[in-house]
Amino acid sequence: MQPFVYSRAEDAAAALRNGNASLPSAVESANQYLAGGTTLVDLMKLNVMRPRMVVDINALEKTAAQIELGAQGLRLGALARMSAVADSADIRKNFPVIAQSLELAASAQIRNMASLGGNVLQRTRCIYFRDTSYPNCNKRTPGSGCAALEGINRMHAVLGTSRDCIATYPGDFGQALIALDAQVEVQGQDGKRAFPFAQLHRQPGASPHIETTLKEGELITAFTIPALPFAKRSLYLKIRDRSSYEFALASAAVALDLEGDKVRDVRIALGGVATVPWRAADAEARLKGKGLDDQTLTEVANAAFAGATGHGHNDFKVELGKRTLTRALKQAAAMEIPT
Amino acid sequence: MNRAAPDPKQNMGKPEPRLEGRLKVTGEARYASDMPVNNPAFAFLITSPVAKGQITAIDLADAKAVPGVLDIFTHENTGDLKHLKYDPQGGGGSTSIQDFGPKIQHDGQIIGMVVADTYEAAREAAYKAKFEIATEKPSAGFHSEGVKEASPKKSEPKAGDAEKAFDDAAVKFEGWYGTPTQHHNPIELFTTTVAWNNDELTVYEPSQFMYGLKNSLASKVGVKPEKVRAISHFVGGAFGSKAQLTPRTGLVALAAKRLNRPVKLVATRDQGFTIATYRAETQHKIRIGAQRDGKITSFQHQGWELTSRPDAYAVGGVEDSARLYSFGAVKTDVKNVHADRNTPGFMRSPPVVPYIYALESAMDELAYQLKMDPVELRRVNDGMKDATGKEWSSRSLMQCYDEAAAAFGWSKRNAEPGSMRDGDWLIGWGCASAVYPTHMGPAAARVQFSADGQARVQIAAHEIGTGILTVVGQIAAERLGIPVENVRVEVGDSVLPPAPVAGGSTQTASCCSVVAKACDAINARLNANGGTPAPAPRETVGTGTGRNHEETFARLGVATLEEYAEQVPKEVKPNPVMGLVVDPMKKLYSGSSMLGGGSHAEKLMYALGAEFVEVRVHRLTREIRVPRIVGAFAAGRIMNTRTARSQYMGGMIWGISSALHEATEIDPRYARYTNDNLADYIIPVNADIQQLEVILVPEKDDLVNPVGVKGIGELANVGTAAAVANAVFHATGVRVRELPIRLEKLLTA
Ligand SMILES: Cc1cc2nc3c(=O)[nH]c(=O)nc-3n(C[C@H](O)[C@H](O)[C@H](O)COP(=O)(O)OP(=O)(O)OC[C@H]3O[C@@H](n4cnc5c(N)ncnc54)[C@H](O)[C@@H]3O)c2cc1C
Ligand code: SF4
Repeated sequence: MQPFVYSRAEDAAAALRNGNASLPSAVESANQYLAGGTTLVDLMKLNVMRPRMVVDINALEKTAAQIELGAQGLRLGALARMSAVADSADIRKNFPVIAQSLELAASAQIRNMASLGGNVLQRTRCIYFRDTSYPNCNKRTPGSGCAALEGINRMHAVLGTSRDCIATYPGDFGQALIALDAQVEVQGQDGKRAFPFAQLHRQPGASPHIETTLKEGELITAFTIPALPFAKRSLYLKIRDRSSYEFALASAAVALDLEGDKVRDVRIALGGVATVPWRAADAEARLKGKGLDDQTLTEVANAAFAGATGHGHNDFKVELGKRTLTRALKQAAAMEIPT
Repeated sequence: MNRAAPDPKQNMGKPEPRLEGRLKVTGEARYASDMPVNNPAFAFLITSPVAKGQITAIDLADAKAVPGVLDIFTHENTGDLKHLKYDPQGGGGSTSIQDFGPKIQHDGQIIGMVVADTYEAAREAAYKAKFEIATEKPSAGFHSEGVKEASPKKSEPKAGDAEKAFDDAAVKFEGWYGTPTQHHNPIELFTTTVAWNNDELTVYEPSQFMYGLKNSLASKVGVKPEKVRAISHFVGGAFGSKAQLTPRTGLVALAAKRLNRPVKLVATRDQGFTIATYRAETQHKIRIGAQRDGKITSFQHQGWELTSRPDAYAVGGVEDSARLYSFGAVKTDVKNVHADRNTPGFMRSPPVVPYIYALESAMDELAYQLKMDPVELRRVNDGMKDATGKEWSSRSLMQCYDEAAAAFGWSKRNAEPGSMRDGDWLIGWGCASAVYPTHMGPAAARVQFSADGQARVQIAAHEIGTGILTVVGQIAAERLGIPVENVRVEVGDSVLPPAPVAGGSTQTASCCSVVAKACDAINARLNANGGTPAPAPRETVGTGTGRNHEETFARLGVATLEEYAEQVPKEVKPNPVMGLVVDPMKKLYSGSSMLGGGSHAEKLMYALGAEFVEVRVHRLTREIRVPRIVGAFAAGRIMNTRTARSQYMGGMIWGISSALHEATEIDPRYARYTNDNLADYIIPVNADIQQLEVILVPEKDDLVNPVGVKGIGELANVGTAAAVANAVFHATGVRVRELPIRLEKLLTA
């Protein structure tokens, strides 16, 4: 591991003084914020990330770890731990999809360490990205090629890919956020701003090393989720190789607003299959006003995966993703909603 | 009694708690890398990023500039190390690829090692060392260009005219099966610490063979064996990966000598995939001819096994698959396929895991073809003789089936695939046989017995987690007629009398036999001097009540009696090698463990079992879960029902793992392992294992060895993968013939 300077920021201003990343590529940036460290320290040990300066922001927990549910909706501090949010009774009742997306992620130990801010910025699990002995990874070394395209790519994405990168966005919580129209609050050198979570991540395109739209040194401070009464009927379905402690092969975050047998409104996001947290807007449009019969569900699932392309080992994810979505919608419709 | 400590049945010992249990749960147990040495320097390996090529230049300037770096070892300055003979049968070195360059023969080959004042400095310098490598295109596996097929020296059982019997058979079955590369991944990493004292050295390294480590390292560094002491009190899992000398050990010894300072190496998880051995991928072709009543008249089994370029390592499990049932005629064949890979090696139940998976899958397919219950198909082919006419020493396979089937509720099964459901979940039930040859090796031990009723047992056995400390303590307690608390057992040190390699499930049988012999010698001396005879063995496994020998000792005029014993099982023949008769005990002292038993003994000696599995497959998304597994096992005398159950339980879980999860992925373009970490090399987590039941079936077999013990450490993970695959077929109608069974293989249906 490369020697680095460790500094502890007592507040956001102090963090920002040291946190101005020097490059647009977050991977190569010489300065890194440290929250739970479960992504950062892991990648530092692998030499994938070699920061010179690590700025510990855990002291911000005092002001930026709150979980607040009000009439406007939900506000989650970026330093809130995954486990704390998953355990919140309010969230479990009003936004089950959020609680489940966190609870079904990683392990209990990691959830106790990891923050929400760090969680949405976790990096892909692409094996070639994580192993520096492979020279060809555009995300790690811009312009070097992509080893996964014709390599071992069972875990890779089928949606939002490019010729330069097919790495999956591995997180779960991001799907819940994007489905619920969440906003991100950030603080930077130029002050504070807020924007839709859907605009945080960038598809790889020709520059997979630029993963987000965050500006240099910007600090995520909170996520806000607008009130959505029908989110009581929401869930996160995660399909994976084993029962726990494993990333999704395919997942679906869904929320349903039912009127009798008809779908008045619906939210759909897909995980494990895309390069970024993935909102399936076309699929939502197709379901609105319809019933959850098999024919409609097939159309909805087809719409969700309309542009999907496999790369060999991961071809199955198209079919699996469709079935996961279908199952999630059926399960959501069958949910008993506590009043 | 509780679930973890079952009541002993006939011919079973008490569930004594592990003697070292407290040390382990309190963190007091010291594993090799925990052993304190004075002022150690820390090593970090540099491994090759390509599988085939030639190192053309090395630039260490940046690496050496890292503060704290003491030295860097590469092929350019390690020529002092001797070449260790490689033997595919085991012992000695784990591979003949022992050089650190310039030739690169597999991915992750060690090409250098940094030694520094701190681990962090060594690691950073390793990252900065630059190796220029002229890369060549490697051959990765079975289907790659440039691989070479050859016949390893393996016995290939044959009886009758299997081809003709197949042609004549009323019912014919042919099938192909495949198993993937797998790695042991013991939680304890591959570590080596070496400290020199003048011309003597002590090596602390987790080992399954203390005398192998001592003697092989002596040869590797060119010193006399008596100059080497190997210490490994506890091993945090090994499964075959720590039985032979890997190239790292000599390198660490050399570095410690050069630097005149103890050197400690803890290799990383990913390095562990390439610096030691693994279970190679296999392919199988099976042909079975049967009568309509299920009697198998012809069994043909061909196996292909991957290995490295230079080494003809093969497990050759036809030796066992050909014997499991009373087949009419048998024909077998084993081939090696040589590729640019590291040399594979022993991994828990090496021959039987892949070969019995193939056989037991085929048995299920045949049962469907015959419209016969798979348990009944096994019953029809059960018998006390194999196709060659050789008899079994004891065989309780159908007792295992009957007990496990009853506990599982097998009679309620509807055999029609896809017929059993619970809501959206398809339910499948499957079964298969488990089998493992009973091996024995020569062993020596020293026992001291004192007037105050305390005993001390010394044997360089290996506490790899199996419970050897405890069962050795129990046998001494039983023979000497004292409580087990009065016995102190010392293992894991090459200054103690040698035990055979902790491989082939030999330890309990071999160590207990020789310790019993030493105890009996002490009893004889006591009895000759008027002592009360020890209670008859067998009825009192580990339950001595205390004998008063004070008067006898007083008469003898000593406070302690000591006996040293050697035991060479009759199955280990002092076979002539190049005209010389070798003494198995001398061989053991010089670091080579000759094992006998299994199919090579006068009778067929095997432990057997039957496993029943329930799988659930989701109707839509097809993920596969195993909510229930029942296994019944018969293995001669059970020394301790607690440690036995633990072995069986671990085995069954491992079996589920190899059915559904475990596979080392290989990038065929580079012949490199890609999922070389515990996040991507998937094994079950707690949530995956729900109901697991172990049934100990009583069995008595006085032929196998003096203590009547059959090895059990490698029994329960055999057959499980087939039972799971058979259950998946029952649930879905999809027959998966390539492991692991992942959901995408069931999606098309
Ligand atoms: C074995 C394993 C299994 C896992 N399984 C899952 C899973 O199934 N599902 C899942 O969703 N996740 C999984 N994870 C990922 C885990 O959830 C993330 O590592 C974790 O959420 C990251 O949070 P952290 O606080 O530890 O981030 P850190 O590691 O501290 O930070 C991650 C990155 O974000 C930056 N950062 C952190 N906080 C901020 C902020 N407030 N503003 C700006 N930048 C910031 C850091 O500089 C760094 O680059 C797994 C991880 C591991 C190691
Ligand atoms: S998929 Fe992306 S992260 Fe993976 S190797 Fe290709 S460029 Fe790198």
